[in-house]
Amino acid sequence: MIQMTRLFYIFIFLVTMTAISCSREGTGDKDDASTITIAGSTSVMPFTEKLAEYFMLDHPDFVINVQGGGSTAGVQACLNRTVDIGMSSRNLKDDEKTLNTITICNDGIAIVVHPNNTINNLTLEQIRDIFNGRIKNWKDLGWIDRRIDAVTREEGSGTRGSFEELVMNKMEIDDGIMVQDSNGSVKEIIATDPYAIGYISLGLLDKRVKGLAIDGIAPTVENIKNGSYLIVRPFLFITNGTPGEKVRLFIDYVLSNDGQTILKKEGLIDIM
Amino acid sequence: MTVTALKKEQFVKFVLTVFALSSLLFLFLIFAFILIEGLPLFHKAGLKNIIFGLKWAPTKGLFGIFPMIISSFLVTFGALLIGGPMGLSCAVYLSEYSGKKMKMLLKPALELLAGIPSVVYGFLGVIYIVPLVRNFLGGSGFSLLATSIILGIMILPTIISISFDSIASVPKSFREGSLAMGATKWQTLYKVVIPAAKSGIMAGFILGMGRAIGETMAVIMIAGNALKIPTGILDPLRTLTGNIALELAYATGDHRQGLFSTGVVLLVIIMALNYIANFWIKKKRLN
Amino acid sequence: MRIKPGNIDKLARIGFNILSFFTVGILVVIISIICVKGFSNINLEFIFSSPEDMGRHGGIFPSIMGTIFLAALSIIFATPLGLGTAIFLTEYTKESVFTKIIRFGVESLAGIPSIIYGLFGFIFFVIKLGMGWSLLSGVLTMTIMILPTIIRTSEEAIKAVPKNLRIVSYSLGATRWETVTKVVLTSAVPGILTGIMLSIGRVVGETAAVIFTMGSSLRLPTSLMESGRTMAVHFYILAREGISMDKAYATALVLVLSITAINILAYYIMNKVVSRYS
Repeated sequence: MIQMTRLFYIFIFLVTMTAISCSREGTGDKDDASTITIAGSTSVMPFTEKLAEYFMLDHPDFVINVQGGGSTAGVQACLNRTVDIGMSSRNLKDDEKTLNTITICNDGIAIVVHPNNTINNLTLEQIRDIFNGRIKNWKDLGWIDRRIDAVTREEGSGTRGSFEELVMNKMEIDDGIMVQDSNGSVKEIIATDPYAIGYISLGLLDKRVKGLAIDGIAPTVENIKNGSYLIVRPFLFITNGTPGEKVRLFIDYVLSNDGQTILKKEGLIDIM
Repeated sequence: MTVTALKKEQFVKFVLTVFALSSLLFLFLIFAFILIEGLPLFHKAGLKNIIFGLKWAPTKGLFGIFPMIISSFLVTFGALLIGGPMGLSCAVYLSEYSGKKMKMLLKPALELLAGIPSVVYGFLGVIYIVPLVRNFLGGSGFSLLATSIILGIMILPTIISISFDSIASVPKSFREGSLAMGATKWQTLYKVVIPAAKSGIMAGFILGMGRAIGETMAVIMIAGNALKIPTGILDPLRTLTGNIALELAYATGDHRQGLFSTGVVLLVIIMALNYIANFWIKKKRLN
Repeated sequence: MRIKPGNIDKLARIGFNILSFFTVGILVVIISIICVKGFSNINLEFIFSSPEDMGRHGGIFPSIMGTIFLAALSIIFATPLGLGTAIFLTEYTKESVFTKIIRFGVESLAGIPSIIYGLFGFIFFVIKLGMGWSLLSGVLTMTIMILPTIIRTSEEAIKAVPKNLRIVSYSLGATRWETVTKVVLTSAVPGILTGIMLSIGRVVGETAAVIFTMGSSLRLPTSLMESGRTMAVHFYILAREGISMDKAYATALVLVLSITAINILAYYIMNKVVSRYS
């Protein structure tokens, strides 16, 4: 009956081998494939994924791996050379400036509430006070008597960094505010909790949440392009030194008309 | 035995010894690296400032995890409050009241419950429990209450199975003696059987505690992850595990070390709980 | 007015009944929700195609394969290590300070929560050893994580083999290793397999330790150094980001079905042991 154990091992081995060979068939002989690994900001990631999908349609010999991890992780991975391209949704700090940055587009940060929320406009001071904890109830802003469920991103997030820089302006975000670790999860809370407020990437705005106007300026691509909506941050591709040929091919695609059109369609601000 | 057979035996013993030592090696590696990364900050920022500090703002040099220690314990006690009585009752039912058919139905059901991944629990908690709390009790729903409910359900299988083993192993003579003296089944239960199974039940509760305090995914989905000590059951909170999981991917330098320091504290608490539980289990066996 | 003890007894019985049905009820509700909401989205295409648009459309094939790779390779590494340890502790040594220390090590490993494994795997395999987010980092981390389970269940299985079998084997002139492999292990195989099944179930359901070591790339990993997702990780990201509720439920269903199937298999094997010895 020792055969049973041996048989089991052989079974597992066969399954694994079959699986690996199955996958090989899909992507063709691995030696021909060019692989690009990209990691970093979770804000940039979905858009990079989309660009990669389209790019790989035209270049079937390319395999592009996109990971999250956060802007800081992306920068680190770049410094360590564990990825080809790092993604960041914030500007580089001084000790990171040795890296090469390419702005692929700009992204607004929108303050969002539930669609049923009757408020359409807030001043920058009001937004600051909400996230600072000074304003705790919607009735102080002209809506119903109900506690404000504010949501912020976590420390170390590029989006939060930009929010703190452009909105909070040295005022601290209150400790009692809920924290979520991605744009998507913040948006989920706003979309399901009628009394919630948070900030997300402009590119993620859709019918499920309502973007508030700040001091009368609505969060739209036009208002960012004409300079009236000021809560904007760059999406960066970061490389360690000049990018190699294969990587350059992808970056050029992203900066090309085709790439920028895709980004524009997603609600980002192109840099053409 | 021939010489070659002897050599083969020696070789085998050697290999197996190495394998056995590997467990110790891994344990050592885990502790070593967590400590290497986590201890320096205790030195730099000060042990008191970290464990008793009230503010967590690593990018500004503040590493206070006291609110998270409190929150971890709050959430665990909440889970025990919800899962404990239910679990104990289930165990009692399984052991004393149910027939073979019920046993055959309940046991696999519990295995299934235990096998459901924590992310699924978290997901269902967000979709169903959170809105329930928000609409009927107030707040955002991401709260101590919601987290305790989900964690309570998650630790049910642990509490039930260990309590059941404990109660079932109380000798029949105890029960028969009590019944012979005219006590009802219920009186026998709470005056004789359960006290006799006390150590095992305690062990189950403590292991359940360990599981609740170590739970990560479900918690970060439901607890709201706010940095303040919750002032009521409807307030959001952040646990030690949540702190690590939320920020690990983004953290560098001191910030990352702060997360490892959080890990050190978590490890100490859970190891302590596990040893206490094992102690109670051994005590039960000795009895 | 004193309530009759007989009535309290009846109340207690009813109370326990209710609570127990409530507990089973919770399980039924959970499984029903997942089944009902996930079923409509499961078809062959879902199982065999890749995700598109971050998972909004398409299937979960890469995640399924990622899960299989991770589980299979972890088992392949952990079983010899775990089984060897169990054999060592039961057959090759007497109880001593040495064995107590090793058992202490195993028990301690068993108690470490998964996020700490994620933390360790991240700093040790991903960063210090430079493996990056990869299948290999994930496999090595999960191997250590399931090791205690394999050791424990193997030990139980080996201990359950009657002493007589060993005595007879030795009296026939067999060496210790021959006895172990040809006599003890062959009888203990079902119990060992159960442990392996349980560990597979654990790997499949694990998220925290996997996401920080194996990463979360959407592509199917074609080598050990590539990143990938397991079903649990994919489900977590779908659910958390609100990418697609439909796909989330469907993934959850596949996930729960897989774990259930593994558990049933483990039960089946266990029952074979019971029936053989009774």
